Amino acid sequence: MDQQMRRRVWSIVLIIGFFVMWEAFCWLFNISDIVLPKPSQIIVTLIDRAPALWPHTLQTLYTTLVGFGFGILAGVLLGVLVGSSRLAYDVAYPLLVGFASIPKVAVVPIFVLWFGSGTVPAILTAMIMSIFPIVVNVATGLATTEPELEDVMKALRASKLDILWNVGLPRTMPYFFASLKVSVTLAFVGTVISETVASNRGIGNVMMIASSNFDVPLVFAGLIILAFMGVSLYAVFSLIESKITGWAHRKDEFAMG
Amino acid sequence: MTAATSADSHPRSDDTFVELEKVTLAYGRGDKQIVALGLTDLRIDQGDFVALVGPSGCGKSTILKLVTGLITASSGYVYVAGREVGAASVRVGMAFQNPTMLPWLTVRDNVMMPLKIVPPFRQEYRSKHKTEFRDRADALLKEVGLAGFADKHPWQLSGGMLQRASLCRALIHEPQLLMLDEPFGALDQFTREELWAVMQELWMKLKPTVLLVTHDLKEAGYLANRICVMRTRPGQIVDDAPVPFPRPRTIDMSYTPEFVTMTQRLRELIVSARPVKETV
Repeated sequence: MDQQMRRRVWSIVLIIGFFVMWEAFCWLFNISDIVLPKPSQIIVTLIDRAPALWPHTLQTLYTTLVGFGFGILAGVLLGVLVGSSRLAYDVAYPLLVGFASIPKVAVVPIFVLWFGSGTVPAILTAMIMSIFPIVVNVATGLATTEPELEDVMKALRASKLDILWNVGLPRTMPYFFASLKVSVTLAFVGTVISETVASNRGIGNVMMIASSNFDVPLVFAGLIILAFMGVSLYAVFSLIESKITGWAHRKDEFAMG
Repeated sequence: MTAATSADSHPRSDDTFVELEKVTLAYGRGDKQIVALGLTDLRIDQGDFVALVGPSGCGKSTILKLVTGLITASSGYVYVAGREVGAASVRVGMAFQNPTMLPWLTVRDNVMMPLKIVPPFRQEYRSKHKTEFRDRADALLKEVGLAGFADKHPWQLSGGMLQRASLCRALIHEPQLLMLDEPFGALDQFTREELWAVMQELWMKLKPTVLLVTHDLKEAGYLANRICVMRTRPGQIVDDAPVPFPRPRTIDMSYTPEFVTMTQRLRELIVSARPVKETV
């Protein structure tokens, strides 16, 4: 516990240190605001522009969460389908890898073509970004269920659905939550890309306009907001993960001698 | 004291529960075909306790899987309770060398898993899993010496304790057929002998039909009514003999000359059943 505390303190020191160094660097070399604004200046911008930034922040958060929600839904369904049997897994995996390796930025224009600019393509991009880690993790979790465990269930004449519900899905939970942490940050990336390319709302759009106006402190303010939201959601899913799948991260201190 | 029931395990008796008729099993095709089980006939009476012993790779576990319906025979027929396997709605319990407990459930919930799956219990699971079924699981756990461990998680238990819980899970739904695939194989000698006694007691009380696969001849002699010796390539039953000792059996019994003679005979059969001669 002591060790863990110390680690946390050092993490915080490192983060603060990073910003202090940044500030000092800007002062020391007299760097222009247009190149790299000082952290203090970014904070001031954040506070000054808060009323204007707030709706955009909400928009980005909303878009990301909706896209992420659809991503979870589609990802779990696809993952269950692909992971349902060894055969399905082996057959579907190459296609899955193929899709996963497409740079998602490239599909934004297609979504814009289909649905116009605005919230819809942003939601879709967030969804498509977050889907693949979930599919792959759920499918892997299901496909690697121990054969003996399945034999026990099959000997009881358990249906495929019984096995999925009682063994497959609970076993997959740690994989699933691990993928959620990765996916939620990817969903942010998706939203911001789409907002940058084709939207008149959201933090991505704010940053786009600010950079074309050479309002660099505002660009960085947008970055900070994105980073903060990303870290917050990551933390939320980490917490849910440790609550639900604690059995997979059991500590030695719980075990009996 | 009950006399050994094995004496009347005579072929053609009417209470045959499991029957393998001219069964073979082969994997693969053409030149690469591997015959896991040669032409095999086997009858097991209702409530009997049969042990399968033999060198590794002789198809012992294959017979177990055939009887449970986990795999289908390449030829021949497997009957359970008078009907072809799969068609019969026989309750089966299984325990393996690896206890395969689900780590996210408590020991009690693990033990209760069959009740969640197997009819007629599954229909009542929602209403009874916190009352009657729970009590039944606790009673069974107490019987194998795990009273007070029901709320623990599997990783908090030792290997022997997990194997006890695994036996409970195999028995909770009152199976007519109990399949044991080297369930004590990974345990130390003392734990193993303790569990033999537990197993014997449970069998005498519940009288399921048991098929036990084991490497341990003493274990087979202690637990079984009948011992079938298998040879390998192709797997086949080469000897089928009753175990004439009265129940309940004890560890001391396994040191009597009669018992030692019996295990010695089995040992010789298995050694001679090996396909290629090995330097002992």
